[in-house]
Amino acid sequence: MTAQRDWRGLLFVAPFLALYSLILVFPLLRGLWLSLNQVDLFGAGHFVGFGNYEQLLHDPVFGTSLLNTFEVTLMIVPALTVISLLLALALNRAGKAAAIVRGIFFASAVLSVTIVTLVWRFVLAPDAGLLGELWKALGWEPLPFLSDPHLVLPALALTTIWWSVGFPMLLFLAGLQQIPQDMYEAAALDNSNGWTTFWRITVPALRRTLILVVMLQTAAQLQLFGQSQLLTAGGPSGASRTAVLFLFETAFGRWELGYASAAAEVLFLIILAVTLTQYWATSRSDAGHGR
Amino acid sequence: MASLELMGVRKAFGTTPILDDVSLSLESREFIAFLGPSGSGKSTLLRIIAGLETADAGEVWLEGRRIDTLPPGKRDIAMVFQAYALYPHMSVRENMAFGLRNAKVARDEIDRRVADAATVLEITPLLDRKPAEMSGGQRQRVAIGRALVKHPKLFLLDEPLSNLDAALRLRTRVELAQLKQKVDAAVIMVTHDQAEAMTLADRIVVMNDRRIQQVGVPMEIYSRPANTFVAQFVGSPAMTLANVELMEGSDFARVKLGDGSVVETHVPRAALPAGELRIGLRPEAVRVADGPATTNAKVELVERLGERTLVYARLPDGQAITAEDSAYSRLAIGDEVALAIDGAAAHLFGPDGTGYHRTAA
Repeated sequence: MTAQRDWRGLLFVAPFLALYSLILVFPLLRGLWLSLNQVDLFGAGHFVGFGNYEQLLHDPVFGTSLLNTFEVTLMIVPALTVISLLLALALNRAGKAAAIVRGIFFASAVLSVTIVTLVWRFVLAPDAGLLGELWKALGWEPLPFLSDPHLVLPALALTTIWWSVGFPMLLFLAGLQQIPQDMYEAAALDNSNGWTTFWRITVPALRRTLILVVMLQTAAQLQLFGQSQLLTAGGPSGASRTAVLFLFETAFGRWELGYASAAAEVLFLIILAVTLTQYWATSRSDAGHGR
Repeated sequence: MASLELMGVRKAFGTTPILDDVSLSLESREFIAFLGPSGSGKSTLLRIIAGLETADAGEVWLEGRRIDTLPPGKRDIAMVFQAYALYPHMSVRENMAFGLRNAKVARDEIDRRVADAATVLEITPLLDRKPAEMSGGQRQRVAIGRALVKHPKLFLLDEPLSNLDAALRLRTRVELAQLKQKVDAAVIMVTHDQAEAMTLADRIVVMNDRRIQQVGVPMEIYSRPANTFVAQFVGSPAMTLANVELMEGSDFARVKLGDGSVVETHVPRAALPAGELRIGLRPEAVRVADGPATTNAKVELVERLGERTLVYARLPDGQAITAEDSAYSRLAIGDEVALAIDGAAAHLFGPDGTGYHRTAA
């Protein structure tokens, strides 16, 4: 930095910085401050230090919502990654038919969560739903997906996978198209069978896409909210209440803004920790590969 | 015993024919160049031999075994790709070992072969590097190494020098020639560069328009081109072709150029077909004369190449002709110049383009 530094340059970034501070940095810090206060919407709050955090630690509802969130994320992310990769592999070809099917699989991604849950309510409803009818046709008792505490999270995961499969598929398709064709020809001449080629050529070439998909999906599913609120409202008896739904209920149902903010900060730290761990683990194995 | 044998290979992409009834036989340990312009079918033919494309008809045999029904990996063939096609996430060692591992070669045998090939190609210090950490020339050595370790019966090289800069290309050409002495296999190289084909190949297969135009040793291709395509494609600058009229008399053809000047060729008259003839003259057969001249021409362009000068001129009847002059030519554009045509070096071409040459010396 020199004495003649030209401060006029700052003018060019000032509009962005102002907007960025106003709508991102300020709310972020404000949320942090809120989490240290006991506050509702109807009056000035008062400072309680880490009181909210301490209360969270002993709140079984929050604990259950976190566990539900982890559980549903673990159900969704691996399955979603594998399914979207398989779809991409199957649909990575020229031709009209493949293009149409690609469009169909991506179509669900452009739907709003409201429509998705509406559709899946019809699918999952035990008496008249699609799955219920299927079960009946097979001579089985229809399963109460949305009212059985053991089935509600899988149902939530299923809905989410159906809704979210398009975008990762698109990322994998883009990744697959980056792999030069002569790589596969070289592998064919190297007597490599389909299995070996997939694991030794395709998967390593898709490494970065895989990491991206897993990180994006993990961060997204840890914030799962709309499906849970609209499909079951967290029920039965909190079995499908996710962390963000807990936040929402606390902030806009019970108006405990400080407490909700504290929960939000905890969730933020968890997501940060998980994604950083994933990033660290994958870049470390990168180093192990001699990069 | 013949190494590779192609019998009546045909290929079309949709309704576009690419190869039309191609047959060819390679001697063992022979280095063959497929030479031709883009779209001539030479790369498709190479890919059919490798098994990366399927021929519509015809058979491919390698050392007495029919291979066109086998998958690429079972054909005893190794290929060096134009863009090398190294596996980017594998080290050089792994790249070279990949094919052997798939073929279930014993571990110590793999190590031995990789070490041997690395020594020959002088890439031992690179064995633990990734392709991204190497120069283009180094990558190409690795690509060749990956082919060498397989001990194939046939090497296929797809435009092996096209991705290298000029200096490296010359050096690699020399190295390829040396490498050829060391390997106990036939080699097929696809190229559009006649200098590569002439310097490296035992025999050249000139391809154009879906067909083999001529198969021969380099000097035969150059001095006895089978047809006008080969005559014009091989040799730089291209051979001059001019319509001529056959004159009466003698055992060898005397022909009259459009401007009335007469050239006494050494082509036996009896072999020539009826109909329109063309004469083929390489630049070195047309010299700027200081003594007796055949004809006069007007200079249109002078190219000084250092060791010689090329003169692009036009005969009085409008026929373009390329001549050669000494290195220190004083000619300038627009000059009138006397040309001496060496009839002994002239070729004649029949109405269908077939070449007729002087009797072999």
